[in-house]
Amino acid sequence: MHKLGMKGLSLTSSLMGLIAGLMPAIGYANEIADPVKGFDDLWYEVMVDITIIGAIFAFILVYFMFKYRRRSSDDEGSQKPMTVLSAIGWSVIPVFLFIADDLYMAAKGWELYNDYRSVPENSMEIKLESAMWSWDYTYPNGVKTYNELRVPAGTPIVLRMTSRDTLHSHYIPDFRIKEDSMPGRVTYLWFHPKEPGEHVVTCAEYCGLLHSRMAGKIIAMPEDEFTAWYKAEAENLEQNLASN
Amino acid sequence: MMYVLKDWIFTTDHKKIGLLYLIGSLAAFALAGCMALLMRAELSAIGPTITTNPNDYNVWLYFHGAAMILGFQIPALTGFLANYLIPLQIGARDVAFPRVNALSVWLFYMGIILALMTFVVPNPPDVMWTGYPPYSVLTPGNTALYTFTVLLLGFASILGGVNFLTTITFMRAPGIGWNQLNVFTWCIYGAFILQLIFVPVLGTAVTMIMLDKYVGTHFFDPSAGGDVLIYQNLFWFYSHPAVYVIFLPFIGIVFDIVATFARNRIFNYKAAIYGGIGGIVLLAGEVWIHHLYVTGMPDWIRVGQMITTLMISVPVGLLFISLVGTLYKGSISFKTPMLYGLSVIFLMLIGGLTGIPLAIVSLDLHVSDTYFIIGHFHYVMAVAGTFSIFGGVYYLYPKFTGRMFNETMGKIGFWLSFIGVNTVFFPMMIVGVTTGMPRRYWDYAQFPAAESYHVVMTAGAAIIAVGFIVILINWIHGMFRGEKAGSNPWGSRSLEWTTTSPPLAHGNWEAVPTIEEGWGPYEYGTRKA
Repeated sequence: MHKLGMKGLSLTSSLMGLIAGLMPAIGYANEIADPVKGFDDLWYEVMVDITIIGAIFAFILVYFMFKYRRRSSDDEGSQKPMTVLSAIGWSVIPVFLFIADDLYMAAKGWELYNDYRSVPENSMEIKLESAMWSWDYTYPNGVKTYNELRVPAGTPIVLRMTSRDTLHSHYIPDFRIKEDSMPGRVTYLWFHPKEPGEHVVTCAEYCGLLHSRMAGKIIAMPEDEFTAWYKAEAENLEQNLASN
Repeated sequence: MMYVLKDWIFTTDHKKIGLLYLIGSLAAFALAGCMALLMRAELSAIGPTITTNPNDYNVWLYFHGAAMILGFQIPALTGFLANYLIPLQIGARDVAFPRVNALSVWLFYMGIILALMTFVVPNPPDVMWTGYPPYSVLTPGNTALYTFTVLLLGFASILGGVNFLTTITFMRAPGIGWNQLNVFTWCIYGAFILQLIFVPVLGTAVTMIMLDKYVGTHFFDPSAGGDVLIYQNLFWFYSHPAVYVIFLPFIGIVFDIVATFARNRIFNYKAAIYGGIGGIVLLAGEVWIHHLYVTGMPDWIRVGQMITTLMISVPVGLLFISLVGTLYKGSISFKTPMLYGLSVIFLMLIGGLTGIPLAIVSLDLHVSDTYFIIGHFHYVMAVAGTFSIFGGVYYLYPKFTGRMFNETMGKIGFWLSFIGVNTVFFPMMIVGVTTGMPRRYWDYAQFPAAESYHVVMTAGAAIIAVGFIVILINWIHGMFRGEKAGSNPWGSRSLEWTTTSPPLAHGNWEAVPTIEEGWGPYEYGTRKA
């Protein structure tokens, strides 16, 4: 009884260790995670995995189709009823193989998911309000833009998202990330534009008539250019407020 | 003529009711297919091509999805195939409640008529088959039509569930035990358990939408304390099991086709039944969050249901091993129904395995709601399901018409549609993951790289259309001109082939068939022993 308890404890602790190992190393690394690379790597790995499984099944299928084709019209199959032992073997062994592969991929997926969901420190936080049919961004200093998000290259950006009317989904294919924006709820996503460049933003949740035209772009600018633009916009904003 | 019409309208015979389901669901398939052709034409180039109004496209898409799933696949599988086959496979004279059965089929026709009103009312519904609020509440489109279509078809389905569970449990001919049932019968049993549990949830969800829109309640309105996500949870709590309501019967009929044309016993029958079908019924209700991976659900449930979703591969894998193993030491004939049966295994391999990246939540953040998912579920559900239904129609054709179809034309029709579907749906998955083009797009100017793929897909859709016309001509032609089929043209051991073709109008057999000791629907190989 006591022994069993110890065994259970050590099993639990090793399981906890496994789970802890999968958690992101928050606070250890200053390095910013790279979900884009993480996605591409895991995608490739999963594609290899499923191609191998598919090829094995397809090969056996085609081989059987050829080998056991009907030779004369009154032929019948000659498979014998299964013995209990082989029936159990043919159930238990595949089940364990499938579960093992599933858990392996789940672990990999979970690891990457943590990267996707842990917002790096020092990210720039921008508010997004979506509406039929535009993306409205608000910067920390109050500057607003529509359907065009200018960001400094090299800084991780986190979007805090909500919606004025219906569901939308802020999707940036280049950064392999989307998350719905909804009225009455706040969701988030983050991405890290490393180099200057332009990226398509598009709506991935059906929102009516102009759903397919609800596109915008993210413009990652060199840091100094961005700072200049950001300051100028802030001054514009102040002047506008003053003149009103 | 009047007599014939009256005979069909007031019939309580399960075989006639089954055929009524077949006619209605094929009509829904043809119309929903036309919508698909219109959409493919629209997408063949960037910019407006056949309509400048995105609303037209949205209505086609709504009708295509709703009619294909609710009007074609579920009724063809649980209406036509189940009605026609179940009493014959278990040696019963009819279903347990023949009048309720007749009520179901006419409710189904009312549902189809409501769905058709999409093309008549001034503001047709444009809420997609999912009907997510707040859009379905805000839209000027007629959401009530959507709600009532779903409710009618759902009600028909619940009645069917009660009927078939009772029939299979209590009306098996003396001597047929649970382990001697056809795989198809077991699959229908599993599918209707799911329908009975989950359809009421869908009914609730769509009713709440209607109340929000027309009565002024605030279930989904956050400004008055509602929550937009409640609907998606309710909807997918039904609609993921609904995928298995389609999957189980179609894999069931494929099992019966493969066993008949390989003249072989089912490989590891009990693992397929209790592990495969049982596992799916148990897991069906614990995976719906994978439809909500990008909706801001809490992280713990996303990761949790990633694991349950991946576990679906276990029962499906057992079914697969059983199916492929059934060919082992068989005597395989490649008649048209078998071509459909074997092709479903291939389509399921592609469709099932591409479900694995989608199950992994971190990969889904990119490919969710893109063309990748459209390609995936068309392979695994739409095409595999449709090919099984067509295979099932060919398989039972001699039984319900008493005549044979034309084998050559059957093969031509098969190959055209098989090539067509792969030309349409494989490029979809490539477009989805490489460009990220989202679904439900009337235009795609922001994804210029997708255009060449779309041209190929549109060509593929045209091939499918030609294939379907060939199939339809073959079916109609054979009804009048086909040579007479005997009672058992395929040499099957299953009970439905022991009666005449077509079977007696009432009662199926002269007398309830006597089941000998050791009988089974797949006991092949005893003749040569």
